[in-house]
Amino acid sequence: MPSGLIPFPFHLFSFHHPSLSRNPSHTDLRGEQREIMLSVLALTSVVLLGIASQTTAIVVYTSWERHALVGTDVRLSCSFFSWQWTSPDVTFSWHYRPDGAKEAISIFHYAGGIPYVDTKGPFRDRMEFVGNPSRRDGSILLKNVDFADNGTFTCDAKNPPDIAGSPSHVRLFVFEKVPVQAGVITGAIIGVVLGLLILIVAIYYLMRFLVARRVFSLSMSKHGRKGKGKEGSQQKQKPKVPLVFISF
Amino acid sequence: MLLLLLGIVVLHVAALVLLFVSTIVSAWVGNPNSSSDLWTNCTTLNGISTCNPADTGVWIQAVQALMILSIIFSFLSLFLFFCQLFTLQKGGRFFLTGAFQIFASLFVMSGAIIYTVMNFEWVHQSEFYGFSYILAWVAFPLAFISGLIYVVLRKRE
Repeated sequence: MPSGLIPFPFHLFSFHHPSLSRNPSHTDLRGEQREIMLSVLALTSVVLLGIASQTTAIVVYTSWERHALVGTDVRLSCSFFSWQWTSPDVTFSWHYRPDGAKEAISIFHYAGGIPYVDTKGPFRDRMEFVGNPSRRDGSILLKNVDFADNGTFTCDAKNPPDIAGSPSHVRLFVFEKVPVQAGVITGAIIGVVLGLLILIVAIYYLMRFLVARRVFSLSMSKHGRKGKGKEGSQQKQKPKVPLVFISF
Repeated sequence: MLLLLLGIVVLHVAALVLLFVSTIVSAWVGNPNSSSDLWTNCTTLNGISTCNPADTGVWIQAVQALMILSIIFSFLSLFLFFCQLFTLQKGGRFFLTGAFQIFASLFVMSGAIIYTVMNFEWVHQSEFYGFSYILAWVAFPLAFISGLIYVVLRKRE
């Protein structure tokens, strides 16, 4: 336990604090409290970091699932998180387990700065390393996928001395045509039509408002006060029981 | 005259109810022991009925959307009718109400036509068209006539 290596901020906890020697005013006490809080925060974070760097293993990230059309190229991304700096001996390895098979085969390995691509397995001449190991990216590109490529791909990354961790899986689904999710098109059609309706109503009211304003301003400039009196006399009658009739 | 008003409203509400039932009940095509579309496929085997969600193709989603839109437009038309009844000038016509109702009937018609033409893609075993399908076709002329009546209707007093 490297507890002795953690620097303890003693200087913040000295009893001969300069502000205590004077008469403690309100602002001095507030500043002192803030300083103490900040130092406690810094202390706990440094302790946690110190502990954490010894116990957290490497964490490998990939997507959960990938969906692709037959004949397209699929990029399987793999990255990792590690508390250590990226070592020059970082290694990436990809394994592939077809749907229904029990065993996984190794299809890619990166070690010592050289990527080793599968030349005998099902992905020969179809796989390319597109990752950047110095940036912790170990992605591979599968070209021209077929239905036989359905399965689970596993990425395992090691960053010496940080080697303890579990690999991450990504499932590949290859479709003949991309399936449409239920309700997407329904919602889209309804949304577009209702949106158009609201837009037309809004434009109609806007036009009416603009025209009315123009007419009003024109009448004001032409007739002055006389026009106002005339408009006031035309009032709507109180609506009685409405009756309708049909006429052509 | 009040009778005319009542008759027109009853016709509108009848069309609306038919639209509702046709959209909500999933019985557009059927077998003696199964009914399917628009939303679920239910089959009854030995007294146990199992329902699966309907196929998610492009066309059936279009039919779903058109049926829902027709309900919305018919509803809006009813609401607009009562609005216009109290705010229209004397001698005015219920154009907006009629337009919305006619739009609703056109949506039902196009939904039913799309279903008729494209349902071979997702329906494999069916012997007859279910009652929801028939109701959709009945709702179309009802809504259309109702819309036309609104267009020729004039407001008195």
